[in-house]
Parts: sequence; C-alpha cells; structure tokens
Amino acid sequence: MHELSVALGIVELCNERAGNARVRSVRLKVGTLCCVQAESLRFCFQVAAEGTALQGAALDIERVPAQSRCRDCGRAIEMQEALATCKCGSLNLEPPRGGNELRIICMEFEEAA
Amino acid sequence: MCAICGCSEGAETRFTDSGGNAHAHPHNDGDTHAHGHRHDHHHGEGHTHSHEDPHEHLHGEEHAHLHEHRASVAMLHEPQHGNLLRIEQDVLARNNRMAERNRGWLEGRGVLALNLLSSPGAGKTSLLEKTVRALHSEIEMRVVEGDQETTLDAERIRAAGCQSVQVNTGTGCHLDASMLAQALRSLDPPRGSLLMIENVGNLVCPALFDLGEAAKIVILSVTEGQDKPLKYPHMFRAAQLMLLNKTDLLAHVDFDVQACLDHARRVNPEIELLQLSVRNGAGLEDWYAWLRARVAAAALRAVS
Repeated sequence: MHELSVALGIVELCNERAGNARVRSVRLKVGTLCCVQAESLRFCFQVAAEGTALQGAALDIERVPAQSRCRDCGRAIEMQEALATCKCGSLNLEPPRGGNELRIICMEFEEAA
Repeated sequence: MCAICGCSEGAETRFTDSGGNAHAHPHNDGDTHAHGHRHDHHHGEGHTHSHEDPHEHLHGEEHAHLHEHRASVAMLHEPQHGNLLRIEQDVLARNNRMAERNRGWLEGRGVLALNLLSSPGAGKTSLLEKTVRALHSEIEMRVVEGDQETTLDAERIRAAGCQSVQVNTGTGCHLDASMLAQALRSLDPPRGSLLMIENVGNLVCPALFDLGEAAKIVILSVTEGQDKPLKYPHMFRAAQLMLLNKTDLLAHVDFDVQACLDHARRVNPEIELLQLSVRNGAGLEDWYAWLRARVAAAALRAVS
C-alpha cells in the first residue's frame, strides 16, 4: 500500500523538474531489500502520473541486489530477494550490505515537436 | 500527511495532547509543581525541527541534483544531456532529511527515542502502560501514539501516568518524520528522558520510514504465528530488538518459539530477542533492564 505513497513522491519530484516538457520515461534504482514491490509501484505510478507531465511515461526499474556472504561455505551471494539461500543450502548468511536504494536516476523527455 | 506523498490525502493528520499538556512533574532540584505549557521553539535554541521543509543546498555534493526548485529554475542549471535529465535523488530524501534533524535534536538532548512496531493487537499499548507504571519513578518518559483514528491510546497512556500526544494519520498507514517533528514540539521531552513512539499497527509500511529514532523495536505476539518474520522480512530486518509477547498463551496455541526465533535471526542475524508476557509479567524485568541500559547510555553520550 505504501507503493502509492512512493509513486506520488516520484511524480511530484519529476513533475516539478519537467517544466513544460513531456516525460517519456523515469529511471529508478530499487534495492532488493527496499520494501517496494516493482509491479505494484509500476501500477501506482501510472495512476499517480495522470494529469501531469509524466502521464503515459514508462517507469524503468533497475533492481539492485544486496550483497552477502555465506558463513558456512564463504561464497559471495547476490541477494535477489529478502530471503536468500546460499547455493550450498545454508541459510546462515552475513548481514547484507546495500540493497536499500530507492533512487530516481534520471528522466527522459519526449522529442520537442 | 506523509512527507513524501499523499497517502493520507483527504484526511488531515491530527495531533492531540492528552490533558492539554497540563501536568505536574518533578524538576531536577526535587521541586514538584504543576503547570500548563504550550510554547513555540525559536531558532538558536538548538532546535532543528521547527521549520517546514526548508530549502537545503548541499553544495559540493552533486550540485544541482539535490535542490528542490521549481522547474523553470531547475532547468537552467541542471545538467541536461539531449533529452535526458539526471536527477540522482532518493525518493525518500525529504523524509530522511527530516528524520536526521529529529535524530540530531534527540541525541543533543540525550533523549532515547524508540519506534515500536507491530501488527494491530500485538500488545504495544499494553506494554507501554505496564512500562510506564514500572519505570515512571526512575525514568522520565513521554509517549507518541500513532493510530489512524481516535485518541484512545493516548488516554490509556495518560491514565498510566505519562504525558503523551496522539497522532492520527487519517488514512495514512505509517508515521513519518514530519509527524514526529510536530509531536516533539508538542511534547518537548526533557533531557535524558525516554521517548516511546507507538507506530500505526502495520507490519509493512512503517519499515520504510525513518523517524529519527535510535532503534526500531518489533513486537510479535504468539497468537500471530511463528512464520511472521519470514512473511514480513523488511520489518524484522529493520528492527534492532524483537519482543515476543503473550508467552502466557503458549500453552493454548500452536507456536514453536525456537522456530520463530530462528526465522527472525535468518532475516536479521543481529536482531536481539526477548520473550515476555505483559499479562503475567514474565520477562518484563529483562525488558526494563534493556531500557535502563540504553537510556543511561543516551544521556551519557549527550553529556560527553
């Protein structure tokens, strides 16, 4: 449910920057441990963008995995989700590093007519 | 209203002082007297939370990306390459800035602020009532109560003998840093005190919003099921301490304590765990000891 909050925040921020231009896409980095669900965010973004410079814009989400390490076999692990398992089967992982990003990287405008 | 969003749009956030902030409390010199106060803070007193989203320049650090100008100004001096405008801004930046202001203000005063999180009905308010009654005489406490509606919880805390403020979020599903800033202005927690923030009952959304607290504490009751840490990993990852409540009901429910603790540690290997029953008092002394140690450390850090 907070994805709508996040989507409204993104639209507000980008709409202020867009001036009179129309936005084609917004690029986001979302960490795999950030509690934001990509599909839900995309849906909310469409709704939030209506009537703004971002109406119809695409939301380009890059998932950034958190990094961890297996305490049993030492293997480095990219956590694609909050609950990761090592390939050796162990659940005993080091506390994750990163994965909390929720950043707007850039936006792309439509070509001027 | 949320600092970054409109999730409480159409429903204003309301702040209610229990008892209109009139109260009696002992001062350091032992002189106890009653007074009512509602005062404004002024700049220059070390308060950093009394303005509404001031404009912040962070020069030297990605200049031009971190401003919040109107478009016409922003377009003039932000790097735009072709049709691409770099933004590089945290979506939660506004909330996080406000949270850091709260944190600085609290740390400067040696106030230990704890953010209590759980599902509705896990026992947050009951735990606070009991804690207030037990520690009232040795630790000065203040409570911020977050709920969508009603001032019931603030009244319960007030009845237990503690000054509190109720924040009603309307349709909002979590407290945010600007709500805490406003609650701090109203409560004005004294130096060296303990500030308990009872967040809106919700195991999802509040995990994402930093308020400026020293630690998040998640409360899980045995009636909710042992798999909650796996189902709601973000909340258990964000918390420093998990309190397993209602242990007096263990005989009546299918709840595997060890499995629950293992799940919590899997999600957050560094989480601290305490088991207690607010109802029969088991384990409460461990909780009080946890609080005492941290209140003392927070006060000491502010002095040194």
